[in-house]
Amino acid sequence: MFKKDSITASPKQKLKSSIQRSLRTSLLTTFPLLTPYIDEVLPKKSSLEQMKLPDRVSLYVIEGQPIFYNQDNGVPVPHLKLVHRFPQAFPTIRIDRGAIRFVLSGATLMAPGLTSAGGRLPIPTVREGEPVAEGVANEGVDAEGHWSRELEKGEPVVVMAEGKEEACAVGLLVAGTKEVKEKGKGPVIEEAHFLGDGLWRLNVD
Amino acid sequence: MAEPVHVGRHVIYCGVCTLPPEYCEYGGTVNKCQQWLEKNHPDLYQRIWSPEALEAATASLSLEAKERAAKDAKKKAAKAEAAEQKNADRLANSVVTIKRIERNKRKYVTSVLGLEAFGLELKKVAKDFGKKFATGSSVTKTPSGGEEIVVQGDVSDEIEEFLLEKYKEIPEDNIELVEDKKKKGNAA
Repeated sequence: MFKKDSITASPKQKLKSSIQRSLRTSLLTTFPLLTPYIDEVLPKKSSLEQMKLPDRVSLYVIEGQPIFYNQDNGVPVPHLKLVHRFPQAFPTIRIDRGAIRFVLSGATLMAPGLTSAGGRLPIPTVREGEPVAEGVANEGVDAEGHWSRELEKGEPVVVMAEGKEEACAVGLLVAGTKEVKEKGKGPVIEEAHFLGDGLWRLNVD
Repeated sequence: MAEPVHVGRHVIYCGVCTLPPEYCEYGGTVNKCQQWLEKNHPDLYQRIWSPEALEAATASLSLEAKERAAKDAKKKAAKAEAAEQKNADRLANSVVTIKRIERNKRKYVTSVLGLEAFGLELKKVAKDFGKKFATGSSVTKTPSGGEEIVVQGDVSDEIEEFLLEKYKEIPEDNIELVEDKKKKGNAA
């Protein structure tokens, strides 16, 4: 989506506080794990600004820090700089080393990069049908880097990389993680936001 | 992984390719990144580029994959270098034109063309001009499609000085002063 080196953005626009509130709730419903940090991500005092990017994408910026973007007011996807600040707040999958360079040049993320030895897909710790304590954030990463819940199609997910500490991409799943495991091939994330792409290089000041 | 404290982590980004340093190897400007990191964050440099770390990183790859990766990296580096060269050439060739335009007898405006080639934001520079000279200063579109900064009053010499002082990346030889008389009226 942001493969182009430089993307043009409209000037920043201040958002109404009511819109800010609704964005805040939508962010929290998508990423319940972000709840403890929300006041730092979106300080109540400072106002959120919106930048419109090509392809009907809106980027939300606070105090010169990009926070997240969405397309057609859809699911919010965190900007990688936010992911780097709060890595534990977002569901992750991991790709093997060989796939990194393809992802970083804007390729669609394919299943083999995740199913191989270096990749990590979620291993659910709570079996289906078992009652889940409501309202409790019972997700997380285990020592190996497996997320503790199967992720659904359309969910935003952070892509970590084998042997690296920081995330290298974020995007929306085009196939649920269960499906990926079963099939073992085909695209997993299309149109991701990755390190060094146009959105990453975009000047938000 | 950071403890769940309520403070965001601060990630260091490479000053050359803007990626987190561990991803520099994919950025295409590896050598420069290495130099930068060694100078600015020697501890991180040790962690990422020390021979042991590199050994560990490449050990898991098959020989073929390694070769492929190396080839790819080489290609990318060459590409980045070429782009940089081109950029430098373009910079050397681009000229900033400061034009004094006669608006009325004894009244002038000064237009500045070509600043965008040096990666400056016209809007901000225009604001700076206005502040410096206490005159109106705006970005206007030229008929040929580009954009120029128009400053009220004859400030061409001052602008040259100001540009040289504030934006060191513009070489003096690349600034050109032009006088433009109105077409009709007395031929000079």
